[in-house]
Amino acid sequence: MSSSVAASHHAAHHAEGIHVDHPERSVEYQTEDGSLKILGFWIFLATDMILFACLFAMFVVLRTHIDGGPSGKQLFDVTGFTEETFILLTSSFTGGIATFEMHRGKKGRVIGWLILTALLGLSFVGLELKEFIHYAHIGATIQRSAFLSAFFTLVGTHGCHVSVGILWMTSIILQVAKRGINPITARKVFIVNLYWHFLDVVWVFLFTVVYLMGVM
Amino acid sequence: MPAWFHQFADKYLMWQEGPLIMGSDVLILLASIGIIFTLTYFKKWGWLWREWIVTVDHKKIGIMYMIAAILMLFRGGVDAELMRTQLALPNMHFLNAEHYDEIFTTHGTIMILFMAMPFIFALFNVAVPLQIGARDVAFPYVNAISFWLFFLAALLLNISFVLGGSPNAGWTSYPPLSELGFSPGPGENYYLLALQITGIGSIATGINFMVTILRMRAKGMRLMDMPLFTWSVLAACVLIIFAFPALTVALALLLLDRVLGTHFFTMLHGGNPMMFINLFWIWGHPEVYIVILPAFGVFSEVIATFSKKPIFGYKSMVFALMAISIVGFVTWVHHFFTMGSGADVNTFFAIATMIIAIPTGVKVFNWLFTMYRGRIRMTLPMMWTIAFIPCFAIGGATGVMLAVAPADYQYHNSYFLIAHFHQVLIGGTVFGMFAGMYYWWPKMFGFMLPDKLGKWAFWFFNIGFYVCFLPQYALGFMGMTRRIYTYPSGLGWTVPNFISTIGAYAMGVGFIFMVAQIVQGIIERKLDVTGDPWDGRTLEWSLPSPAPHYNFATIPTVSGRDVWWAVKQGELPKSSLFPAKKDVKPIHMPKSSGRPFILSVFFFIGGVGLVFGLLPLDIIAGLGVAFCLFRRSFEYDTDYYIPVDEVVETETTLGRLQA
Amino acid sequence: MAEHASQPVNQQEHAHEARFPWQYVIGFVLSLILTIIPLELVLHHVIPLSPLTWAALACAVLQIFVQLFLFMHFTSTGGSGPAYHSVTLTIGFLFAFLFVGASIWIMTFNNIAS
Repeated sequence: MSSSVAASHHAAHHAEGIHVDHPERSVEYQTEDGSLKILGFWIFLATDMILFACLFAMFVVLRTHIDGGPSGKQLFDVTGFTEETFILLTSSFTGGIATFEMHRGKKGRVIGWLILTALLGLSFVGLELKEFIHYAHIGATIQRSAFLSAFFTLVGTHGCHVSVGILWMTSIILQVAKRGINPITARKVFIVNLYWHFLDVVWVFLFTVVYLMGVM
Repeated sequence: MPAWFHQFADKYLMWQEGPLIMGSDVLILLASIGIIFTLTYFKKWGWLWREWIVTVDHKKIGIMYMIAAILMLFRGGVDAELMRTQLALPNMHFLNAEHYDEIFTTHGTIMILFMAMPFIFALFNVAVPLQIGARDVAFPYVNAISFWLFFLAALLLNISFVLGGSPNAGWTSYPPLSELGFSPGPGENYYLLALQITGIGSIATGINFMVTILRMRAKGMRLMDMPLFTWSVLAACVLIIFAFPALTVALALLLLDRVLGTHFFTMLHGGNPMMFINLFWIWGHPEVYIVILPAFGVFSEVIATFSKKPIFGYKSMVFALMAISIVGFVTWVHHFFTMGSGADVNTFFAIATMIIAIPTGVKVFNWLFTMYRGRIRMTLPMMWTIAFIPCFAIGGATGVMLAVAPADYQYHNSYFLIAHFHQVLIGGTVFGMFAGMYYWWPKMFGFMLPDKLGKWAFWFFNIGFYVCFLPQYALGFMGMTRRIYTYPSGLGWTVPNFISTIGAYAMGVGFIFMVAQIVQGIIERKLDVTGDPWDGRTLEWSLPSPAPHYNFATIPTVSGRDVWWAVKQGELPKSSLFPAKKDVKPIHMPKSSGRPFILSVFFFIGGVGLVFGLLPLDIIAGLGVAFCLFRRSFEYDTDYYIPVDEVVETETTLGRLQA
Repeated sequence: MAEHASQPVNQQEHAHEARFPWQYVIGFVLSLILTIIPLELVLHHVIPLSPLTWAALACAVLQIFVQLFLFMHFTSTGGSGPAYHSVTLTIGFLFAFLFVGASIWIMTFNNIAS
């Protein structure tokens, strides 16, 4: 296996004319530029984490401020948010497998797992939209109370991140399909999956702090 | 004149608002026509686009940041002079209350976010890659995006004055005053969007320089070998990346309150205005360290260079920087002790605030000990640095007074506070930026500035500073609160206010001298042919002024601190820093791109759309931004190589090539 | 041109990586378990409210570690130098929890007042 992968990498690099600075590293780190971008993205994730922390702070402070409107306990549907949670957990796993296959140089499998990940993400966003529309229909709108403002904004910000992630992943799927796995596309696959796992971490806290504590 | 135009002019151009706005309208129009005419007449549009707008070169981006910062210093300074004129005597009618509110709001906003921030970013860009032996920052394309986001955000905030009205809820923009019900016009939206857009750019800059410093140092340069300015930038980056997202959230939620009708900070439906204040200062307090730490870095460089000594206590300097950047995150409540969240909360944050004074004191003593028995040369950068020390010491001492929570109930929002923070922000940041500007000016432009007018500027600005702000401490004790547009006579406030205004004018005169000095310098163009006019110690002075496009023909090999000094003393071979012909290889450089500018224009369009609630503009902007991002993602041809011959030729001309 | 010479990927770096993605499977199973535990605890109210809250939060924190170490290779830099990102993210986590915790602490007075 090893030699054939190496050969395919060789061909790919040559066609792209990519300047490999560090052939001894794992593929996504092979260009100096790529390894800088990975570090940069990690630091971006730290900033995004602070952003979510502030939204969480807002939510936790306002969660009891329901102003006579519906509370989380009345609104949240256990089956609904559990479904969303398991879909997103699964997509984080499938995204991880895409990274795993990328390291083994399997272009087709990487694309397959990424498509599956994006589809799971899409169904997650669909469920969340359905949930939001349902709430709005029964009068629990974002304007109703401070609690609902904070709820929709916190959960919606995560939903927006997931939606952006889907678009981004789609563009990377196209690039992998066109160019195969080379140090540049590999770095992109790696980074989009970092983003995806990070969104899963955020969701786990949404699940716990917003939904579980909401229905306690 | 058609009726619709009349309506438009009345509502948005505010022609009925009196001579101030009318005058600004005319001035802006004339200046725009003048710029367009000059560029067209001298056929400079192509030059502007090719050399500046599409550039990703950190040196040029640094210069653009600095020009913009000085322009904004002028704008914010004019605001200050207008305010001081209004307050010079009791019962003045120079400005009405509405205009006074707008002017103090834009003064604060512009000075912090559109003067201090771009000024520090200018020095980041100018100095950091050269100090660590890098050819550019880690992400040059993102660097250009950061700059253009800042630039167009500054434009967005500045057009508010003549197009729909400036924000007038203070630079802190506290709700409920800043909510739709109390600030119905577009002014507050301008504030929220301009800050949001420039904030995105600032976060990107923080990430960019953090990666640059951590990963792009010259061979052999350990973290503990870095020049202290670079260390201060690293500390500031830590603050930026962990503090700015809080501002992003605070602004976004207030905008949601205003445009979507949510209830985060409203008085109705369970909103909590104090949470805005909490989030704002989670960012706001680290922000003051973001703008002061790079100034500390400049002072460390300047003092070492002009005392001809290595900095005293390098390790404790680094420790102090990092301590300030971490402890700076747990002091934010001291901005709202009077909210009254309880003795335990106030005590914790009061003590944390006082602790900050310790590392700061360490730094001040280290600077003094560096100068002790040094061969001091009184150049302009050194003069601003020495002026900083007593000024900052007084500002720091009054800061510790304010940190005493019970006493703060007396000082809060009084002129005592105003005097304190101007003393640390002007005495610290502005003096530091001036020192840095003078220090790196030859490196940026390749010519020296004449001393004489600069010294006039220095003395006018400095004496003016104390005349302006020392009376304000007294005014604070006499009960004068901030943000009042006039006051009655007979309170004893008249004399100190009048003196303070004289001081403000003197500072304005100082600024004019500085501009005159720069103009004189441009006309005289006394070239710096050595590349090392100050007899410097760090790597940037081993390069010609200005540095070639690629900075270093070969990446230098570094061992220890102050390597350039060591080379000059013969302790290290010259060959470790200078290129040898056999070592020159093709240099990998990023390609220029117009997309950062275009992307930022779309942000600007989206900002205007949100300010006035024009959905079509927002849709255009959203699609435009998405289009730019996708185009970049699919772009693989992003860099090029400078061939060996070209590098060798340049280096030979510069006389740097070693055998 | 020598500069552009492409090099084959050195597979030794990944010699340890199995043919089957055990790490990811284990991570997935753990994340499922760590989700089901708090869900069951909450739905069946087996313990009082305060410990319940802490138990749920503890599970969430454990999930961070699962994602970070098993999925995101938190400490790996692919041989590109010190793991600066691990330090940054760790400080980031501290500040994230600090901002939330301190905000609650600072704002508690408001709940008492209202």
